[in-house]
Parts: sequence; C-alpha cells; structure tokens
Amino acid sequence: MGGYGDVKLLRDDGKRLDGRTVDEMRPVSIEAGILPAADGSAMVTHGLNVAVAAVYGPMEAHPRKIQRQDRAVIDVRYNMAPFSTGDRIRPGFNRRSREISKVTAEALESVVLVERYPRSKIRVEIEILAAEAGTRCAGITAAAVALADAGIPMRDMIVGVASGKIEDTVVLDLDKAEDNYGQADLPVGILPNTGEIAFLQMDGDLSIEEYNLAMEYNFKAASEIHEIMVDALKRRYERGDN
Amino acid sequence: MGCPVAGTGEKRMSEGQSGAEQRLVTPGMVIGPSTGKHAGSGALAQNEEFIATRLGWLNEQNDVVSVRPINSAYMPRSGDLIVGVVAEVRNNLWFFDVNGPFQALLPMSLAPWKVEFGSTRQHLGIGDAALARVQEVDEAHNLVLTMKGIGLRRLNEGCVVAIPVNLIDTLRGDNNSMVSRIRDLTDCRIIVADNGRVWVHGDADNMFTVRGLIQTLVDEGHMNNFEDAVHALEQQRGEN
Repeated sequence: MGGYGDVKLLRDDGKRLDGRTVDEMRPVSIEAGILPAADGSAMVTHGLNVAVAAVYGPMEAHPRKIQRQDRAVIDVRYNMAPFSTGDRIRPGFNRRSREISKVTAEALESVVLVERYPRSKIRVEIEILAAEAGTRCAGITAAAVALADAGIPMRDMIVGVASGKIEDTVVLDLDKAEDNYGQADLPVGILPNTGEIAFLQMDGDLSIEEYNLAMEYNFKAASEIHEIMVDALKRRYERGDN
Repeated sequence: MGCPVAGTGEKRMSEGQSGAEQRLVTPGMVIGPSTGKHAGSGALAQNEEFIATRLGWLNEQNDVVSVRPINSAYMPRSGDLIVGVVAEVRNNLWFFDVNGPFQALLPMSLAPWKVEFGSTRQHLGIGDAALARVQEVDEAHNLVLTMKGIGLRRLNEGCVVAIPVNLIDTLRGDNNSMVSRIRDLTDCRIIVADNGRVWVHGDADNMFTVRGLIQTLVDEGHMNNFEDAVHALEQQRGEN
C-alpha cells in the first residue's frame, strides 16, 4: 500500500483502469509438468505475473536437526528473479522472500498429509519470473499444482487469491497500480473443496462489511481458479483413449 | 530365456477396471459416499464422503475405493525386490540408494559373502549396483536390506533403467506377461524391481531396443501406448 490517496484508480464508469469490473479477475492460465527434472512442477500466469513452482521429494530431511520424527517438513523457497520487476531486484533471499516462504510453507503444511512421510522433507521451489502484484498468491497456486503433479498426498488443493480496497471500493485481484496506491490488500489461501482458509494476511484497513465482501470475491475467484488447476492437471494426464 | 528372480509382479498386478471408463481425480475431489465402503490408498473418509488425496485414476473393487496415483515416490515395503546403488561404505555395512526418501542399510551379516570387518569395500564399492530385498522397514523409515536369497547378487553387467514407480505394473503386465514377451522378443534378461529400476542384460542392440521400449512407457505410459509398442515390435521381429 503506497498510501497515495489522490491517485485515481476507478474510472467514471465504475470500472478499473484496466477495464475490469470490481469483481473481475485477471486472466489465469496454468500448465502442469513443465520441468522434466522436478518430481512435480507447474507454471501459473496470473495477469502479468508468471510463477513457476517445482517440487522435489519426499527426501531425507537435511540438516538432521530439521527432521520431525512423526511427519515431513515442507521446505519452501520463494524467490523473485532479478528481472521480474521494473527495478532490478538484488538476487538472493531478503526479508520479504523469507516471510513469503514461511507463510507459504505453513499454508501447504495444512493440506499435505505430512504424517505419511516421517523424517522427510518435501522441497518446494517457487520462482517468480514476472511480477505485477499478487505474486505470493500465484506462487501458492503454482505450488499446489506442482505438489499434486508430484503425487504428494493432500487433503485438498490450495488456491491463492487476493482482494483489496481502492478508493473506498472493494475490488478483486489487485493489479500493480491498485496494490501500490490502494487502501488495503487481503491475500488468502483457500481450500476450494472444504472452503477452509489455510492462510490470510491483511495489509491496510477493512471494515467488517468490506472484509466480508472481499472474502466473498475471494471465494468466487478461488472456485474459478480451482477449475483451471484441475483442468491443467487433467490436460497433462488425460488418457488418449478417453 | 528367463531370470530366476523376476517373479514378484504377481502380488501387485494392475487391478484397474478393465473396459470401464476411468475417472481422473485430483486431491480434495469428492469421489463418492463412504457408506458401506472402505477407503483404500489415495482416498480419505471425511464427513461420510470419500475424498481423493492424490492425482490419479479412481479405482473401486470389492467395496474398497482407492486412487491409482499417476505419479508417486517409491515407499519401501518389507519384502520388496530392489535394485540399489551403493552410496556409502563403512567397515561393517553399506548404505544403498534405493530411489526412496531414505538410504537403506545392508549390514555385512546380511551380505551373501563371508565379509571380514573392514573388508566391505572388496565386495561392493560406491556406485556398484546390487539386487537385494527389503528385510525390514520401521515406522521411522529405517530400512534394512538383505542379499541372502535366491538370485540376490551384485549386478556386474547390463544396465539399470529408471521408470516411475506407478508404471511398474504396466511394464510387468498380468502375471509378468509383458516382461516375458519382451524377454522372448529381445533375448535379454530383465528384472523389474519394485523401486522403479529395471535391470536389463543382453547384447548391445537388444538392450538398446528394450531401453527404447521402456522409454516409450515412461513418455507415453499414461496413454496406454505401451502394449501397442510391444505389439509393433513383435510384428517387426516376426517379419524379419
């Protein structure tokens, strides 16, 4: 949230600067199994965001101090490529990428049946190749498809979506200008089949009514993205004879 | 020609609903009511419904609902026949890479040779492949191998080809029929291990043919093209 309240983000006809309505999502496309060396992989294109996720394992957890005797640990590494934004990003970990890696790992741990693989580690690598607001959501979605592609048992898939507030109006799926100059951002990880929430963050302020409306938009978008996720997995594996 | 140790395919034959249209399910997908049925592998009972926990083909047999995964990691079970590669050697034991999450341990007492303490390297060095059986797996995934048994030995010749674990049953066929057909066609010795490794030994041209067939299975196994590829080879060899 940049906090520049005087930037006009809604047009006079009520639509947003890119022509979307308030409850309209940017176009999403997903492809599963794009990396031959990984056990599972996926690429998510969400608007201008491009996120690639690769899953390796389960494998022996190293160093041994991170091992859990009764379950697997999920090791997530979220990274933005230096060329993913207009200003070059210094390569390597920073405070933001550590935070996103941590919340993503915790969100994925709630859906993966980690108790099936004691003492193991499941490595999830998320690379953001192009960024235009909402990269953590695109990363989580890509990670969920990659985990399914790798054959890791899960209770449900997890879908990352975000809503927010611009010019006192709740909108779905903020783009870069809306994220920078808007009033609030509400990224969530939703389990589409059960309707549970695996992670939720909020930047800025939302009233209860605004929050409820934002969550309504998020659930609607999550169900749409889930269909695209399932379709991507089916496209990869659909039998020739069916 | 045959191989004396390749007969483990019988215990986990492909149990698909032959002829029926199969349904591809994704994790979290509701696959039906749970009343009167049992959850098999890849299925979870939740709120009187079964949900899939894996991406795979839905399978229902004898009131057991399960998902045959499209992709899965090798999880060792006691009795599995495996092709292992030595990863580490100690004075009294070997550690094997068995294509699973954890390395397996072969103590010198379970080796087929009389091994003196400190002379383990004379029998198996790092990078050597061996045919072994899983003696024991505990709940923490500690894995002990044995090489005491008929046909279990160091693999000195031939090549080892990796295939996804979920395609092992397809490669074996019912009662090892597919492996037998490939053996008869190519005159190669073939051992399909449970850990997704296939040992092939024969003359160079035939080994190349077998590797090509296995690659077809790896690339297009989910499209049921493998039997066609074997059939095409049979016709080609029949003409020559």
